[in-house]
Amino acid sequence: MKMFEAAQSSESVSGPPSRIDYVVDRTFRGLAKLGAWMILAIVAALVLEVGRKAVPAITEYHLGFLTSTTWDANKDQFGILPEIWGTLYSSLLALIIGGFFGVIMAIFLTQDFLPPRLASIFRTIVELLAAIPSVVYGLWGIFVVIPAIRPVADWLHETLGWLPFFGTTLSGPGMLPAALVLAIMVLPTIAAVSQDALRLVPFRIKEAAYGLGATRWEAILKVMLPTASTGIFGALVLGFGRALGETMALAMLVGNSNQISLSLFAPANTLAALLALNFPEAGETEVKVLMYAALVLMLITLAVNVAGTAIMTMTTQQWVKRK
Amino acid sequence: MRGPLDSPQGAWPLPNLKRSLTEPRSLNSTLLSGLAWACAVIASVPLLSVLYMLLVRGGSRLSLELFTELPPAGFEEGGGFGNAIVGTFVTVGIGALISIPFGIIAAVFLAELGPDSKLAAWARFCAKTLTGLPSILAGVFAYALVVLTTGTYSAPAGGVALALLMLPTVVLTSEEAMKMVTQKMKDAAYGLGCTRTQVIVKVVLPTAMPGILTGVMLAIARAAGETAPLLFTALFSNYWLVEDGEVHLMAPIASLSVLIYNFSGMPFENQIELAWAASLVLVMFVLIFNIISRAFGQSKV
Repeated sequence: MKMFEAAQSSESVSGPPSRIDYVVDRTFRGLAKLGAWMILAIVAALVLEVGRKAVPAITEYHLGFLTSTTWDANKDQFGILPEIWGTLYSSLLALIIGGFFGVIMAIFLTQDFLPPRLASIFRTIVELLAAIPSVVYGLWGIFVVIPAIRPVADWLHETLGWLPFFGTTLSGPGMLPAALVLAIMVLPTIAAVSQDALRLVPFRIKEAAYGLGATRWEAILKVMLPTASTGIFGALVLGFGRALGETMALAMLVGNSNQISLSLFAPANTLAALLALNFPEAGETEVKVLMYAALVLMLITLAVNVAGTAIMTMTTQQWVKRK
Repeated sequence: MRGPLDSPQGAWPLPNLKRSLTEPRSLNSTLLSGLAWACAVIASVPLLSVLYMLLVRGGSRLSLELFTELPPAGFEEGGGFGNAIVGTFVTVGIGALISIPFGIIAAVFLAELGPDSKLAAWARFCAKTLTGLPSILAGVFAYALVVLTTGTYSAPAGGVALALLMLPTVVLTSEEAMKMVTQKMKDAAYGLGCTRTQVIVKVVLPTAMPGILTGVMLAIARAAGETAPLLFTALFSNYWLVEDGEVHLMAPIASLSVLIYNFSGMPFENQIELAWAASLVLVMFVLIFNIISRAFGQSKV
């Protein structure tokens, strides 16, 4: 006690924290804690608010809403089965294309294929792909992708038209251009997360494979990829989640047609595009129904994203522990 | 006498360590490497194509008039998108004002005050989940929360939607940046008798600032390009934010991204040219913020 009194009484600049310091400290720490709570609150509010607004439509249309295929505001008939199909189909196609290129890109950038300077150029290209706004991709899709793939699509339809995938002609917007642009948009996510997964694999595991005389690709395919497989799977799940919720490029390219078709060239629709196109001019009944559709989209993406995040957290912990 | 180490030369021939290209295993490896190169080049084509189109089609229309005029109606020639640029700045600005202080203070808790607490683990998980939130749902949320409450489409409604999308980026990158601050510096400050608040405000935050700014710039760049959350929160407007000396804050407001979307579907050549020019301006804006964020990222301690 003597020591503190001495400190206070002398002209020294040092001293114990004043009462104000204590108050400021408490308030600041309280605020920070409140901030962390607010993040939880926002997610809860998001689900509850959309859920609450969707309740009237849920009680009116029940689960039949999910399996009905008509959307007619005049007759008050609503169903989103075609949209659910379109969302899953387009995302799956995008995942196949974007996943293939994304994982190869990740291998290419992490397995010493390139001198550092060239690697950083490719890394920048992937990052810039992610930076371009989706509405710009949509515009590019309308004026570049659709004209570019039309001859290919016509040829495929003529020669392989008996396959359900090529069953219709491409009349402008459709599933294939939408899926292609979507693939470009999920590629950066998949490439970035897969790179992280591949980097987590300890260096000595690869060294061991090389030491046994494996060629580069034997080391990659038989050692690196299986070891990093959980992380890469997580990357694909996160990429799928991104594709499910992507809106603008699809609203501009998918054709907004309320039908279920396996054909790559037929126009279709997705949940996100349905929301984007109908919300701005929706009347009161339609808003309720759209809230229901939004809730469905939210639950699908939430489930996929939570799964992806959980897988990633698991793999990171796995390696951190072993190290 | 022969020592045990003098093995007869012919009995154990040295293995051939040279790899011949025709051997199936190495041939396989070379082919796959070629495939990987091809894939990497193909994956870069879309970016180059987008940039080329932006420069050619957007660049040809670039003029001063674009930044000062209002969007043209149907068959009109000329025009610009000055109001949309202002609108993008205003909505992104509102989003930044909400999400940045809030995000940083939440990150302080995650990085410094209770990094191992249950609350932090849950908050981190929620933030990561929010990263994957479809942007259109941010719009739906802001619509339910702000538009239905205030009864009008407005810049603040758009700002709230964008803030929701910026928040996770700000929180997660700020947390990472604050974790990079070495324990020694904090210990030194505690040793001098600082309270935790003083340590955070005077040592941790200034040291982590470059990293935090990286996150903020990235969040702003992402928000500026977002269209879906603005479609039915900010809507669109053909007029200036400030007209006749009055600020119409609680009214629909234009933005570059929504302008691109609206004009891309129009059958008029003039509007489509404007959409390309607006895309060029928007991409420049986004890229500039990306480059700034990189510059901050590289100047880390």
